[in-house]
Amino acid sequence: MSKIDDERGVVGERRWLWPSFALPGILWLIVLFVTPLYAILAMAMGVSDPIFGDTLPVWNPLRWNTSTFVEVLGELFTGQLGVVFLRTLVYVVVATALSLLIGYPVAYYVARHAGRYRVLLLMLIIAPFWINYLMRMLAWVNLLTTDGYVNQILMFVGALDAPREWLVGKHETVVLGLVYGYVPFLILPLFAALDRIDQRVIEAARDLGASPAQAFLRVTLPLSSQGVLAGCVIIMLPMFGDYYTATLLSGSPKTNMISKLIEQNINASSGGSTGAALTIVLMVFVGLLMTYYLYSVARATREARS
Amino acid sequence: MSAQANTTSGKSFLGRLQTLWSNPWGKPRFLVLFTWAYVLWSLVPVAIAVLFGFNAGRSRSTWQGFSLRWYYQDPDLSVLHDPSLREALIQSLKLAGLTMLIATPLGVALAIGLARWSGWGARPSNFLMLFPLVTPEIVMGVALFLVFVYLFGFVQLGTQAQLLGHVTFTVSYVVIIVRGRLFAVGREYEEAAMDLGASQWQAIRMVLLPMLTPAIWASLMIAFAISIDDFVITAFLMGDQSSATIPVKLYSAARAAPSPALNALASILLFASMLAITVAILVMGRYRKKEGTQGSAVEDFARLDL
Repeated sequence: MSKIDDERGVVGERRWLWPSFALPGILWLIVLFVTPLYAILAMAMGVSDPIFGDTLPVWNPLRWNTSTFVEVLGELFTGQLGVVFLRTLVYVVVATALSLLIGYPVAYYVARHAGRYRVLLLMLIIAPFWINYLMRMLAWVNLLTTDGYVNQILMFVGALDAPREWLVGKHETVVLGLVYGYVPFLILPLFAALDRIDQRVIEAARDLGASPAQAFLRVTLPLSSQGVLAGCVIIMLPMFGDYYTATLLSGSPKTNMISKLIEQNINASSGGSTGAALTIVLMVFVGLLMTYYLYSVARATREARS
Repeated sequence: MSAQANTTSGKSFLGRLQTLWSNPWGKPRFLVLFTWAYVLWSLVPVAIAVLFGFNAGRSRSTWQGFSLRWYYQDPDLSVLHDPSLREALIQSLKLAGLTMLIATPLGVALAIGLARWSGWGARPSNFLMLFPLVTPEIVMGVALFLVFVYLFGFVQLGTQAQLLGHVTFTVSYVVIIVRGRLFAVGREYEEAAMDLGASQWQAIRMVLLPMLTPAIWASLMIAFAISIDDFVITAFLMGDQSSATIPVKLYSAARAAPSPALNALASILLFASMLAITVAILVMGRYRKKEGTQGSAVEDFARLDL
């Protein structure tokens, strides 16, 4: 008789044991991740307080007030907001393209040809991950000041006649900052993808008569395309949410990115609703990017299976 | 083939340099140069910034001799004696320490739960755990700010809110690290222990947890490093200047009031996170050696896809 009871006991225990391990973490994420995301929505659909003039969130979806949201969307397609959004897009796309141009050769070399320097190079490439982003920007602020090393060197080699003001509203400085800041995050997924490629596949292509360039273009590059995509998405997501790089390296409204507007609005007493609506626009945009990425990963997996 | 490889790797460093110099555009040589140039570009600016933390003078572009003035000797302006810099350092260490102590147990339990639980809630929970990793920080910052201001009014902006926020975005990293280890060890050892008469709890406590030790150490260190590095969420949840951390201080002072003391403060942050990561890599490396696993811990970190 006890045997059956025992089994039931074990089954019952197993059933509740693992979910109860996960429970505290899940509750934490529901209270402090899901609820806050809903708060953005409630704030974007908020109403302004008749007495103090600041916006208050509306928690009940039936009483949402969409006027701010509609206003923000309108501005996005026609007004000042559209300019900032377009600028953000251009910065992110240019910075991602440059990062890819820099990151691919580096990842390729470390993954496939570095030999005995492989571990050393990997350590050096991972190092920027653990150096604070703002410290890395501070380093460039130091270098790019009017009497900094960059101007000194450029004047020494004769590229400049007079010191250039790099840190005041220069697009190229912001893009440089973005590339410098995010390129390490692109290199690692690229490295992982290139490292996975079986050397024998490339050798087979060479044996079958492909030149080194052909083998690269028709074997290595396509096999690493998932890594390229992953790397680009990984750096584009935080770049869209970046407001500090432009502020530190340029500090001018001429180079503001969309997230700067979010930060300014959220911290202003009456801008809460606008800030929240902008955050939703950003989330939708980033969400589309993410969906495209997941879709293409799923497609690649499907193709690999068949 | 292998003999040839041996002779090339056996060549002296100078010999290599000479062949490199004679034809820098040879096929792998361009990659070698490019890769090392990238590494220099990515690390030298930071090295210069660290160096100027030790400058004897006030300048951040002219070297005036070595001193520890900006660390502790200067009676007013050094990190030790300027109250705002010192408090930022203390706040950073406090937040990172507490975050590490809360996020690690929460994340370890969540990882075990999610890896073993196969009921209906497992998939959505897993999805929920991954979500914070792909959410831009500014979205989380805005979300948490709104929820603490308008819904959980009992949580003060400042240290309390910052701690809750930090734990929320670190937990998922802990889960990813521990989950990797859980998949690597499998369930066999636990099942063997239970076949030999251990209860489920005993199997967890005496078999599973000891096997997770390296991952738990790595999680503690990485939670610390991620937390001490954070800027966006910390800044959004800051009540007043007293809860500013080092990255917040770097952001607000890099343009407004730069001094070598700021470089010194940033360097301390750099040393702290480097220390945490080195400990994590060493601990992982020691366990790998004990278990006779191939490869290096550095490569594991490279594949972690943080």
